[in-house]
This record gives sequence, structure tokens and C-alpha cells, in this order.
Amino acid sequence: MKLYLLALLAAAASGVPGLWMRRRGGEVAVGLLGLAGVLGLWASLAVLSGGPGGSFAIRTASLGTPGLLVVDPVAAFFAIPVLVLAFCGALYGLGYWEGRRGNTPALRLVYGLLVACLVLLVAASHILVFLLAWEGMAIAAFLLVMAEDREAETRRAGWIYLVATHTGTLFLFAAFALLARTTGQSGFAALPAGLAATGAGTALFALFLLGFGFKAGMLPLHFWLPPAHAAAPSHVSALMSGVLLKMGILGLVRFLSWVPDPPLWWGGVLVALGALSGLLGVAFALGQHDLKRLLAYHSIENIGIILLGLGLGTLGKSLGNPVMQTLGYAGALLHVLNHSLFKGLLFLSAGAVLHATGTRDLERLGGLGQRMPWTSGAFLVGSWAICGLPPLNGFVSEWLIYLGAFRGLGLGRQAWPVVILLSLALIGALALACFAKAFGAVFLGLPRTGAGAGAREAPRVMLLPMGVLALACLAIGVAPLLVMPALGRVAEALGPAAGAGLSALGGLGAISGVALALGLLALLLWRWLRPVPQAGDLPTWDCGYAAPDARMEYTASSFADGLVRGLRWALWPVVHRPRVSGWFPRLTRYESHVPDPVLDRAAAPSLRLTVKGAALLRVAQGGALPVYLLYVLLTLLVLLVWMVA
Amino acid sequence: MVRSLLPTILQTLLHGLTVLLLPPLLPGLIAKTKALMAGRQGPPVLQLYYDLAKLARKRAVFSRTTTWVFLAGPVGGVAAGLAASCLVPFGHTPAPVSFEGDVILFAYLFGLARFLTILSALDTGSSFEGMGAAREATFSALAEPALFLGFAALAKATSSLSLGTMLAFPGSLATRFTGPLILILAGWVIVYLAENSRIPVDDPNTHLELTMIHEVMVLDHSGRPFALVLYGASLKLLVLGALILTPALPRATHAWQNWLAFYLALGGLAVAVGLVESSMARFRMTKVPQFLVAGVLATGFAFLLMLV
Repeated sequence: MKLYLLALLAAAASGVPGLWMRRRGGEVAVGLLGLAGVLGLWASLAVLSGGPGGSFAIRTASLGTPGLLVVDPVAAFFAIPVLVLAFCGALYGLGYWEGRRGNTPALRLVYGLLVACLVLLVAASHILVFLLAWEGMAIAAFLLVMAEDREAETRRAGWIYLVATHTGTLFLFAAFALLARTTGQSGFAALPAGLAATGAGTALFALFLLGFGFKAGMLPLHFWLPPAHAAAPSHVSALMSGVLLKMGILGLVRFLSWVPDPPLWWGGVLVALGALSGLLGVAFALGQHDLKRLLAYHSIENIGIILLGLGLGTLGKSLGNPVMQTLGYAGALLHVLNHSLFKGLLFLSAGAVLHATGTRDLERLGGLGQRMPWTSGAFLVGSWAICGLPPLNGFVSEWLIYLGAFRGLGLGRQAWPVVILLSLALIGALALACFAKAFGAVFLGLPRTGAGAGAREAPRVMLLPMGVLALACLAIGVAPLLVMPALGRVAEALGPAAGAGLSALGGLGAISGVALALGLLALLLWRWLRPVPQAGDLPTWDCGYAAPDARMEYTASSFADGLVRGLRWALWPVVHRPRVSGWFPRLTRYESHVPDPVLDRAAAPSLRLTVKGAALLRVAQGGALPVYLLYVLLTLLVLLVWMVA
Repeated sequence: MVRSLLPTILQTLLHGLTVLLLPPLLPGLIAKTKALMAGRQGPPVLQLYYDLAKLARKRAVFSRTTTWVFLAGPVGGVAAGLAASCLVPFGHTPAPVSFEGDVILFAYLFGLARFLTILSALDTGSSFEGMGAAREATFSALAEPALFLGFAALAKATSSLSLGTMLAFPGSLATRFTGPLILILAGWVIVYLAENSRIPVDDPNTHLELTMIHEVMVLDHSGRPFALVLYGASLKLLVLGALILTPALPRATHAWQNWLAFYLALGGLAVAVGLVESSMARFRMTKVPQFLVAGVLATGFAFLLMLV
């Protein structure tokens, strides 16, 4: 526990020395975050390997139950991605952000505070501490999103984020108030059996789902997410997508761990929301041209996959089926870790592209694979993993959820396992299409504009964190058995099922074996191909046309066109298609966008309506002192009448 | 010890040899059938072996646009296909590698092959190859649910998650062929034709690049990389074929009878594909999704029948 607190302090202080130092402030911050990472990982891994956790308490009666912070398996598990990504992001920031923009020391300070809030949040076991850390995280993240507030787009994204996160917090206040009333204490504690089926239980579930759903980016509460992730500096986007969203999942995991007997429909709701977020998230991603917005929609998709796993586990818990429960929860939790690794990797490499070319527009990029080989390799590993393809880590977590869903098929006429199976299969296929599009448009083919042609490889300090994350993706994918004991301990926190059974799954060893065989085969075939004599400098054989240029290339939009058109009933794409007429048509322009329907059609109008409603109230508050005195007098009169009556 | 392991070793050996040597025969059989149906003599059945031998000795040509990703397609396609072939039983003989949940790995290995093939097509920067890649990504998104619904129905029927036991559908040959299995196989035949780029989804022999799917993605490959592409495609014919054939095969007592039945059925499948190709034209590109949705519906109904 001491180590954990030290990690917290080191993270919080990481940006402070930089405020006075004229040079090397960034390196100091990275060093302190690295220290925090080592200490925190040490503490977390000790807990996850079966050691005793610890709790931190201040002995004052006014705070109610004593435990303020507890490092239990759940906290330790969620702390790992926080610490890893925080360090990788800060290191990356040295090359990405330092020395180019004016507000660097402030950014470092807030970054450190955000990490400290996250470290505090995962271990919080008291309502007040949790809400304080939650609010600190929200505000720090807002400040980071606004780092480039000279651009109108960034300011808009920041405000939408602020409104959304506070709406979510409002629900959380209600939820925690109800929780404290029900359990009679302000620390985290299990709910009494039988409560979940009552009205109070239902209200708690709904409020927590709304509050945490806003943070996690669950559909349809996701609308703040794509603009905020696109506008933030890339290492902050990595931290937001990889870790911040997961805090919503952490909240749900904590809540589910308190409920001994969730009703069957809770699992159903989670599965339905997961399927919705997963399918629509990836469908919207297909329609994007902005690389970082595309990645942001994929975060929504992956939150959907995590919710599918949580729903499956909850169904298993309700039905008293330990296998389904363990596999569902373990799959969801592992996907939390996996997603933060590969999504962090993807955002960092997208940032490297932005750094090198100055644009996030897929239609203006292309051909970067030859100019930025390491970055393109990193992005490929991230895409590979996020599509859930073997032998990387995304496959392992999806495999666990698949396995649980297949096992669930045997239980009578439950429809949900099939929903999970079908959603996962479709999400997988669509994600594959989307990442083929993104990788192809950015790194393959010819550069579409000068922006891509002049690109140079990112500096080493940016490549190093990407390499670390890529290796982590590979390690979990090839040797999943390594993480299973720890995962089992975390899954046990969610219910009394046998988490230890995870390590006994025969398939995990076989997956490693197949992964190794795959690698070996690929190596052999590669060797067979590789000593190729190059036959001179030749163009692409474009069916006989020997001078293909970048304007003839298939663009990202045309690649996704078939799917976007097939899904237009869900996506509502806005297409600007000019009429081409005459023998010699003039230069013209075709555009298609997929705007976010929730933001444009629901959230923004309702926000405008709220502002209008608030303007009505202003009539009562005209600023004239006599009127206010009149209000006081009237109030007193009313009170007097009420008291006498 | 050795004596008791011997049958397993022999089986595995035969499995491996089948995977390595047999696949190029299948496209030859299909082509021969089509030629005979059209009243031509056609190329020899072993034509693809000759082609592969020749390509292996040829020099490859690379466009200046391409990177190493261009080679990842052929390499990944064959490596993933070979890895997947270890998981599937050839008829009623055990698969070399079998574990609970291998069916998911099997499906995702083909996903991996598709991903890398699409990327290597995009690496050339050719508009035609981009077109083919986009079509491949679009259509496979529809084939995937059909495959998984079929798996779900089989898992429900056999209470197992391993291809070895799932495909060994319970019951004798006469009692097995009821509604669910027929529907699953019907749906999977559609998937089979689509995944292997056969008529009516795609025409491997067409000469119009604008209408092709799979063939257009490999236009720029030559020499050894192209040999891998061709071998990978024939491997897919074999491995996915085993998926369809196994549930439909009679169960024999001796291993050699099972192998014989499998080889005969495989030949029959190739001839059947040839007959389909001779008797119908390919669909218009806009009709292909409807065809694939029919596959999803068939397997979906199979699953519903398993529930009642």
C-alpha cells in the first residue's frame, strides 16, 4: 500500500518541477512518471500474484467507515494500464509536444494530476474519495483536451465533453446517494441479498449505468467522445481512450461486484447495449475520414465488446452458471487491458502521422509505409490486435467471450448468447474492413498530397513507447497463460465463481502453440520468398496502364462505400454529389460525411433548448435591487402566512 | 508406448501430406469438369502443379510503390491456411490439434489471411486492386455471420466447441439429414462459394478486371509470391471443403475407409463446384449481398430449429 501511495504522489508531483525548470522539465516529468509506474506496478503485481492487498485509512469518525483506499485485485488490475499508458504517453510527449507549443509546463502539470487522479480513483473505496477523484479526472481531462484551444473545433469539443461528463457525474451523485441510503454507510460495501430485485435495486442499476455509461462512451451516450479524442493532443487521446473510458467500466465492475444476485434482465440490458455500441461504433468508424475520429469510434466499438463480456458474466451470475460467469467477466476484463494497449498504440502512431504530415484526413495521406516504416509497423500491430486476429492479444479476450457465449448456448432457450456470438462475428468482420481501410489509406499505395510525400519517420523517443506497447500486445497474444492467474483473481472479485478454472482452459496452451507455428511458418515462407532479385524500377501494373498516379488510387471513402451504403439506414451519411453533365464536364467535387446523429440531432438541440430555458429564468433575475428586495419581502410574507396557518 | 501412439502419428502424417500435396488438384478437377461440360478437352488435371513448379523458378516483379506488406499477403495467406488446416478433421478422422474453442481460432485464422491479402492488394496503389479489396471486405462481412450461426447450431446440437466433435454430427447417415443439418450445409455451401471466389459470386476466369473480386487483388503478384497465392487459394478450397464434407460423411469403422470416403467426397465436391460453374452465370455485383444473406438466413433457421 505504501508503494501505491508513493506512486500516487510521484505521479501527482511529476509536472511540478517543470514549472520552475527552464530546460529538461519534460524529462523530469517522464522520470517521475516512470518511478510512479515502477512503484505502482510493483504494488499491483504483488496483489495480483496473490499477495495481500492493503488499505489506507484516516481515522476520523466523520468520514464513516474507515477504508478510504483499498488495493484489491480489481484496483491493481485497473492500475496497470493507467501506469503503463501514462508513462508511455509522457515519454511520447517529449517528442510530440515539447518545445513546439507555449503551454508545455501547464500541460505536463495537468497530465501528472490526471494520472494521480486515475491512480486514486481505481483504488477508491469510499464514496467521497471516488467522487473527488472522478471529478478531478474529468476536469484534468477537460484541460488537456483544451490544450490547443486556439482552434474553434477544439473549444467546441472541450465544452461538449465538459457538459457530457458533468451530466454523467450528476447521475453518479444520485446513484451514490441512493447507495449510501440503502447500505447505510459511505464506504463501498456489498448490497444485501434480494435488494437487486426491488425498486431501489433497479434505480441503482439504471443510475450507475447512465453515470458510468457517459464516461465509458456507451451508445447513445457517446456523443462527446469522437470530437474530444480527435481534438486532444495524441498522447492525451491515447490516455483518454485507453484508460479514461475504462473508468466507466471500472465503475460498472465495482457495482456488479457488490450485487450478489443480479436479476436476469440486467445481463440482457448489458448485452443489448454492448451489441448496440459495438455494431454502431464500428459502423460509424467506417464512415469517418479523420484518422483520430475513426479511432475514437473504435473505442466505442471496443467498449461494446467489453459490455458484451460483462453482460455475459452477469447472465452467468444470475443463472448460477460459473463457467459463463467466469469466461464473460474474464474476457471483459482482459479486453479492458488489451484495448488500452492496442488503442494506446494506435493513437500514438496516429499522432506520429499527424506530427509528420500535419493532417488527420485519410484522403490526403497515403504511401507513408515507405517513409515511416516503424510507425507503419506499429499501426499495423495495433490494427491487427484490434481486429481480434490471432496471434495478438485482441484475439485472446474475444476468444474468452466467444467461448463463454458458446457455452451459454447449452442453457435452455436463452437468446442472449446468440446475440453475443453474432455481434462479435459481425463486429470482427467490420473492424477488419475498417482497419484495412485506415491502414491502407494512410500507409499503403502512393501519397495523395504533398503532406504525405514529405513525411519523415518519427523521432526515437516517440517510437520507443510504441514499441513497448506493441511488444505487450504480442506477449499477451502469444502467451495468454501468463495473465490468466491474475485475471482469475480479478474475476473472482465479481462473483463467487471459480476464477482459477481459467488457467486450466486447454485452449490457451494450444493458442500459444498455434501462434508459434504460425510465426514459424511465416518465417519459413518469408525466407523462401526473400532473396528476390529486383527487376529494376517498375510501376504498378495497372491492367496495362503504365502510369498510374495517386489520383487514380482507391480512396478511403470509396473503400468503405459499399458498406456505408449498405448501412445507410443506420448511419445517415450526408452525400454531396454534384451532377456531371455535358461533353466536357467541369472540375467538380464529391463529398460524403457520416456525422454523429446523436450529437447533431439529439444532444446539441437539447443543449440549445436548455440554454433557451435558462434564458426564460433570467426574467426573474433582472439585476435591479428593488426587485430582489421585493422577493425577500414576499418570501418572508409567505413564510409568515405558512407559519400562522 | 510407441505402438499405441503409432496410429495417431500416422494419421497426423497423412493429414499433413494431404494438406501439403493435395490442394492443387482441386482447381484442376474443377477446371476439367467445366471443360468437359463445355465440350472442350481442357487443361490437364495436374495443371496447377505445373504452374506452381514454373512460378517457383520465375523471378518476381515488384512495383516501386510496394513495401514488405506486399509479401505479407501471400505469406500470411498460406501460413494461416496451414495453421487452420491443423484444426479441422478430414472426414471422421481426428484433427491433429483439437481443443475446446478451436472453432473460433479456425474462423479467425481465415480472417487473418483475408486481412493480409487485402492489405497487400492496397499496397500496390492500383485502383483495380483497391476495388477488389473493398469488395472482399464488404462481402466477407456478410459471410462471417453465416459461418458463426452454423457453428452455433452445431455447438447446440453436439454440446461441444471443438471442430472434431462438432463436425461429427450425431446419428447415422440416414437419421442425420434432417432440417438443421441440411440448412447448415446449404448456408455453408454459399459461404464456401463466396470465400473461394467461385461462380456465382466471383468468376476466377473472367478477363474483365472491373468485375473481379479475388483475382483482381493479386494482379501485381508474380513469381514465387504468386505461387503462394495460388497454393493458398487451393488450400482454402480443401480446408473449407473439409468443413462442409465432414458432417455429411458416413462414419466407418476403419481409418482407411474414413480417409477413402473423405478423398472421394472431396473429389465429388470439386466436380460439384465445376457443375455449378458450368450451369449458371455469375450474379450482378449488387445481387451478391442478397445471395450471402440467404446463407445467413439458412444457418439462422438451422439454429432456430435446434432450439425447438
